[in-house]
Amino acid sequence: MRLVIAAQNISTFSEPWWKVFYDFSLLTKNIDTGLHNAMSPFWTTVTEMLIIGVLILLFYALVGLFLVYAERKVCAFMQNRLGPNRVGPFGIFQTIADLIKLLLVELIPIKKADKFLFNLAPFIVIIASFMAIAAIPFANGLHAIDLNIGVLYVIAVSAMGVIGVLLAGWSSNNKYSLIGAMRSGAQIVSYELSVGLALITVVILAGTMQFSEIVEAQRTGWFIFKGHIPAFIAFIIFLISSTAETNRGPFDLAEAESELTAGYHTEYSGIKFAFFFLAEYMNMFIVASIAATVFLGGWMPFHVGHWDGFNSVMDYIPPFIWYIGKTFFVIFLMMWFKWTFPRLRIDQLLTLEWKYLLPINLVNVLVMAFVVLMGWHF
Amino acid sequence: MKNEWLVLFFLIGASFVGLVLIFSEIIAPKSTNPQKFEPYECGIPTKGVTWLQFNVGYYLFAILFLIFDVETVLVFPWAVVMKEVGMTAFIEIVIFFFILGLGLLYAWKKHALIWE
Repeated sequence: MRLVIAAQNISTFSEPWWKVFYDFSLLTKNIDTGLHNAMSPFWTTVTEMLIIGVLILLFYALVGLFLVYAERKVCAFMQNRLGPNRVGPFGIFQTIADLIKLLLVELIPIKKADKFLFNLAPFIVIIASFMAIAAIPFANGLHAIDLNIGVLYVIAVSAMGVIGVLLAGWSSNNKYSLIGAMRSGAQIVSYELSVGLALITVVILAGTMQFSEIVEAQRTGWFIFKGHIPAFIAFIIFLISSTAETNRGPFDLAEAESELTAGYHTEYSGIKFAFFFLAEYMNMFIVASIAATVFLGGWMPFHVGHWDGFNSVMDYIPPFIWYIGKTFFVIFLMMWFKWTFPRLRIDQLLTLEWKYLLPINLVNVLVMAFVVLMGWHF
Repeated sequence: MKNEWLVLFFLIGASFVGLVLIFSEIIAPKSTNPQKFEPYECGIPTKGVTWLQFNVGYYLFAILFLIFDVETVLVFPWAVVMKEVGMTAFIEIVIFFFILGLGLLYAWKKHALIWE
């Protein structure tokens, strides 16, 4: 009954309904006031929590499924194949079929494994990626939690995934898993630095760590254009190091099939394996959306100087489409890397980080600070 | 939204994994076989336990990471106020990065960055 009253309150929009696509805060505020009118503050909070939780969970699962499909299609086209094309039109239901199959596979408890840590590892990798996704701004007003230390929070939380990877490798009682986990640990913590420093470069320019303010500051131009050369270098470094941080592409030696069977998740079967797989793809989505938010303007449309006609046409595309488009552009770049470059050795990997990216990054931060100080940015 | 809602996301993540695991446990078929619960490794029977010593190189990089990560956390607040403070902040960070660079150079010359 109360929900019906709430629904009636929501349905009375003061503005045309399509405005919602340009400013989601209209909808969220409407729902909030509607619920407040219908029930007590406590139940309002509970209902909102449920709505947000279910929506984010759905989004998470759908993006995960779609990314697996996209990866297989992109990989297939890069290798001049067709890719999945049997289940549904263009094979779009292939990942759903795979998911059902994985759900039906028995979960094998390894006798010699450390049971507790073995079962804990999938929880940690999923929770880490799930908590990181909470702080990402999807569109104007579509933002689960707007932390004032957003950038730092996302780096911190997504880095927790490495604990899950290390636990998985360690507890499996499998030498290849252990080697894979060790490599993965060394790799992720090393490239963590570059990710942090590349984001510091942008934080200097924005003067804030809050995602909503960072996006708002890019209304007059994306940071990759605003920040001149240092911002561009930071973007390149961020792309390289985030690819490495998500254990992908040429840096996937944690699960190098030819030497380590499957790396840290060799012993996992069925849906537990699927969790690692899902977490890997969601981490890719998270770093891509950070790159899109921080460097490519988040949900801000593309504007060119004084071309008013062009700018107003761009404004017609809803912010959510802009955000998704930019994110998937970065994801496509990362897939392109994976299927183009050969896998690195661990010494090459660590040399690249410690002898090239880190010194370049330190200098780059100073250059950016100088540019901001002199007011040379736009 | 309030910041305490992060707990909500933690709980949703945990319950998502837990519920799916329970669901899979219920619907998946089961069969037993003495060899099935051995570690797979690469197909042949596993010799001994895995929890042995590992390459010290990983440890060195972990220590280096610790130093530089603490530095990154220190630089974040600086980056936020850099615009307002101006020249003083810039000179300070140049000195800070110079000392840090000396540390990296020391590790480099000590061959800590070479994988052996």
